[in-house]
Amino acid sequence: MAKIASSVSKQANALLNWFDDRLPVTAFWNNVMTGYMAPKNFNFWYYMGSLALLVLVIQIFSGILLAMHYKPSATEAFASVEYIMRDVDWGWLIRYMHTTGASFFFILIYLHMFRSLLYGSHKAPRELLWVFGMFIYVALMAEAFLGYILPWGQMSYWGAQVIINLFGALPKIGEPLTQWIRGDYFISDATLNRFFALHVIAVPLALLGLVLLHLVALRENGSNNPDGIEIKKHKDAAGKPLDGIPFHPYYTVKDIFGVGFFLILFSFILFFWPEAGGMFLEHDNFVPADAMVTPIHIKPVWYFTPFYAILKAVPDKLLGVLTMGASVGVLFLLPWLDRSPVKSIRYKGLWYKVLLTMFTIAFVRLGLLGMAEGTPAQTWEMRVWTLVYFMFFVLLFFMSPGGKTKPVPDRVTH
Amino acid sequence: MSSDDVNIGRRRFLVATTSVVGGVGVGFAAVPFIKSWMPSARAQAIGVPVEINVASLKEGQLLKVQWRGQTIGVLRRTEEMITGLSKVDDRLVDPQSLLAEQPEYIHGEPRALKPEFLVVNMHCTHLGCVPQMIPEVGPQPFDENWNGGFYCPCHKSKFDLSGRVFKGVPAPTNLRIPPYSFLEENTLIIGVSPKGAV
Repeated sequence: MAKIASSVSKQANALLNWFDDRLPVTAFWNNVMTGYMAPKNFNFWYYMGSLALLVLVIQIFSGILLAMHYKPSATEAFASVEYIMRDVDWGWLIRYMHTTGASFFFILIYLHMFRSLLYGSHKAPRELLWVFGMFIYVALMAEAFLGYILPWGQMSYWGAQVIINLFGALPKIGEPLTQWIRGDYFISDATLNRFFALHVIAVPLALLGLVLLHLVALRENGSNNPDGIEIKKHKDAAGKPLDGIPFHPYYTVKDIFGVGFFLILFSFILFFWPEAGGMFLEHDNFVPADAMVTPIHIKPVWYFTPFYAILKAVPDKLLGVLTMGASVGVLFLLPWLDRSPVKSIRYKGLWYKVLLTMFTIAFVRLGLLGMAEGTPAQTWEMRVWTLVYFMFFVLLFFMSPGGKTKPVPDRVTH
Repeated sequence: MSSDDVNIGRRRFLVATTSVVGGVGVGFAAVPFIKSWMPSARAQAIGVPVEINVASLKEGQLLKVQWRGQTIGVLRRTEEMITGLSKVDDRLVDPQSLLAEQPEYIHGEPRALKPEFLVVNMHCTHLGCVPQMIPEVGPQPFDENWNGGFYCPCHKSKFDLSGRVFKGVPAPTNLRIPPYSFLEENTLIIGVSPKGAV
């Protein structure tokens, strides 16, 4: 028995050697998995990145299956989605995976970005890592928007109408630009057809490329950690960081544990609450698109509502669009706005804790207000929180260089 | 060839000119692909004028039709609606519709060839939603002194019964008036001005 086993393992080794001579299989594995040293003090917040990668895989997998039954035409789209839901074997499961996945993608990305605000992961030398991440976020927003048109329900139609007309606010080029995007003088079959092409191939390709860049930039400097300390500063005789542990098996095991927990949560929503009370799948979108009637209460899906509230808060078309654009654009500049000498919130003074708390409340509150009916009092509240949102970045820029900090330890804490 | 023979200046010149010419070429080559996104010949061809018989419209009734993919509203206004228009003038951005997109034969507060019939492009000038008509006079959740008009559910823009925009809302201008004319007493045609087709 032992003889056979050793012979099999010998054969396997020979095969691996054959490949290694032609493709750097082992070298790659050592480089990115076993040889890659990650800080040993990761906490809960460090699950989000790998889970987002998992959701990307779920989206691509379920998306390919959906594309096999979906018809990207104005006359057939709505019916084909219902066909998937009712007639295709397990079609409902595949579609709910895709819609639930979309919302979970944003939940994870928002938590992932918040982690960076907590521990300063965007600060030098990881600015590019953050910028690539922001491009992923913007591509994801585009992907979500494009995908939202496809069921061709009332919210699909009017959501597209509003978002495309945002570009119309630009002086001079606005009107021709919206026609170029729509491929028609109104949202039509031509628009649906091209949005399908963009949703299933163009944006996903860009996303995969950006994710690759994000990961390469991550591995260049290694992960930040809750203490915001560079572990490469303290190495043992062999040149390994003293506060580092190999990514594999330590963090692969941790991530797999996270995957298990996440999939339980994901499945619960998927099987018992896929519409999430109109948050993940909006009620009005179960009505076929009608170019003559705008739904009474129109709002985007939850992950866009903070920015939608900022748009609604400004009583001027062009300024509103520019302010909304700025609310996303300013995030790109975060690594250069945060001029604090320390990275982690643990060693920043009270000022940062107050700023970040206010910013978080503003973002959540704007999200809730963006879904609301919109009374005059709510409009005023949106204006206040919009101001708080932008003041975070202004105050961060001016307070971070001189803001109080605590001494940062040499080595990571437990 | 030894490195001494290399003419660095000429190499740089060649690289630069090749890059520029190549760049211009890429620009021209991109035109067909960018143009392919524009409305197709078929999309442009659809857009014939729409005829409507307004005789059967009741007073205060709004009829919506599609013309060139846009929702056009035809509202038969009551006498009170027409006389009530001037009440809100001081709350409007542009009461005389000087900035509005409308044909040159449309004037004044009623913004119509016949004041009784308002013909208006229903798409909000903010982001293109179709506002609802709320003709009732009296307090509304969005306006305590509502005098009847159009209210956009998307971003709370308000217009009066002539499609004129109120101050302090996101929509920048009054609702647009499409070209139209009357063929007969009770038949109007959208897309044809009194002088002929547009």
